[in-house]
Amino acid sequence: MTTPNILVLLDTADTQLTSAGLELLTLANTLGTPVAVSFHEPSATALEQVRTYGVSRFLVAALDGDISPHITPAAAEALAGVVKETTARVVLASPTFQNKEVVARLAHAIGAGLVIDTVTVGFEGDDFVGYKRVFAGSWDIDCKVVTDVAVATVRANAVIPTPPAQPAADVQVETVTVTPSALATSVSLVSRTVHPPIHGGVGRPRLAEAPYVVAGGRGTLGDFSQVEELADALGGAVGATRDAVDEGWIEHDAQIGQTGVTVAPRVYIGAGISGAPHHRGGMQASGVIVSVNSDPDCPLFEISDFAVVGELQDVLPQAAAAIREYKASQGEASA
Amino acid sequence: MRIVVPVKHVPDIHSDRSFTEEGRVARGVENGTLNELDENAIECALQLVEAAGPEHRAAHEVIVVTVGPTEAEGALRKAFQLGADTGVHVTDPAIGGSDVFGTATAVAAAIRKLSESGPIDLIITGMAALDGLGSVIPSLLAAELELPQLTLGTRFEFSDGMVEVTRELDGVTEVITAPAPAVVSVTDHVNTPRYPNFKLIMAARTKEIIQWSLTDIALNPNDVGEAAARTHVVKSAPRPPRDITPPVVDKGDGGLALARYLIDNDLI
Repeated sequence: MTTPNILVLLDTADTQLTSAGLELLTLANTLGTPVAVSFHEPSATALEQVRTYGVSRFLVAALDGDISPHITPAAAEALAGVVKETTARVVLASPTFQNKEVVARLAHAIGAGLVIDTVTVGFEGDDFVGYKRVFAGSWDIDCKVVTDVAVATVRANAVIPTPPAQPAADVQVETVTVTPSALATSVSLVSRTVHPPIHGGVGRPRLAEAPYVVAGGRGTLGDFSQVEELADALGGAVGATRDAVDEGWIEHDAQIGQTGVTVAPRVYIGAGISGAPHHRGGMQASGVIVSVNSDPDCPLFEISDFAVVGELQDVLPQAAAAIREYKASQGEASA
Repeated sequence: MRIVVPVKHVPDIHSDRSFTEEGRVARGVENGTLNELDENAIECALQLVEAAGPEHRAAHEVIVVTVGPTEAEGALRKAFQLGADTGVHVTDPAIGGSDVFGTATAVAAAIRKLSESGPIDLIITGMAALDGLGSVIPSLLAAELELPQLTLGTRFEFSDGMVEVTRELDGVTEVITAPAPAVVSVTDHVNTPRYPNFKLIMAARTKEIIQWSLTDIALNPNDVGEAAARTHVVKSAPRPPRDITPPVVDKGDGGLALARYLIDNDLI
């Protein structure tokens, strides 16, 4: 019996895979035979990464003519071509807004079942199941897919990226070119501007997939320097509340919440954040929640595993220094 | 101009939300409300039909459509309070247990039925419903209706039959354009929804709602609901509350205590 093909949509294969991509490949290895797909030609670095993760087939989903894969329906049609070519049983993608829309249209086109924003996925017997955490992290639900093909987006930090014992011998790159329909090309892309990193934080992980997130709210009074210092000490990303974004203190990309970025890091630290429902909805599935606030009645304390009542400018730099010191001592110990 | 705004009745995010034994979102009149993000879509539609001035307002129509059980009517009443002209409630026992595809099928069928009485210029939705937060219905609706999709708009313009939307995605800004009719979804950054005025609140209570069954919108029971669902919630359980310890009060070593907590729990 052959194992099912598990198609993994990789977002950054043209440069190098981030942990989000490696996590999806790790999951794919537990489900069947991983097959990689991207809308862009893979870089040499990415090919070596997927080889290490047991991938021997890499498909480029290409569009005929001058059609951008950033046009959602066109991307979905290209992806449908690859699903057909690979007879994939499962399609996995990271849960960016773009991906959610692309895989929804893919599922619509091929009659597949769709589970969005799972925390992880698996087979129960022959059934593919997506495990979801919903209602701001207060309920767990299991969604069984009853169609032949299952499509799912999986949140970051679902698994620790782990390559299989056996890497692939080599990776075959194939291009599947699809001519998009008239409907798909009825939308034109006028412009596309890539933002600089949040608060100029070059080298920080992406907020949606960071293992550590330090977020600032109204209590920062607009000064994010201590939030950033702690994030950098942990090797994490910087986030914010909608209030802080609306005040113009930080970019929209940093907004954590129901309509912003959903994060589920190992550790979330909220600094000067009261914890409005909108914000909670975007972070309540975090592994460990820590909060620092000068207000002893801060509502976020109610869902925090650890909380400090204190001034941000005292607590955050002291914590950052202690973490740097600890990391340095660990580095020496292992050296 | 005729604009359709699909809306959803969802459990209030401030309430205790739960699932029924059948794995469905528990929806009651008590804790239910118009999905807050739909208010931005209604506001968009109202601003468009009001743009030509009050003397032309009656020539335009903002139609709100919802699919769901009896209590879903509450979402339409709230939309009336904001200024929607017409409300359509698609309700049928066979719709229960629909997945996202079933929901999109039903909404699309209702929009097709509406277009029989005159062309629809735009379909505007909120970016997500605050219960499921899937954000996929606008895309599925566009696919069902075979219309262009312009989703997650933080800025929205409609002129000379062309829609232009600016999307602020994670790390990128895109500007996209397409001819109407089209399906547009907007975020909560696109505008600030208005507050209902007293006159509209009073009128909304008794305003007539168009009730359609599946037969009315030319669907079979097998097209939607449990029968058509490609996914089923097979298990649902509330998560245990977190093990909360009282906050540490900073007496000069609060930061050290924070670092110690992370180190002692192997979190670094």
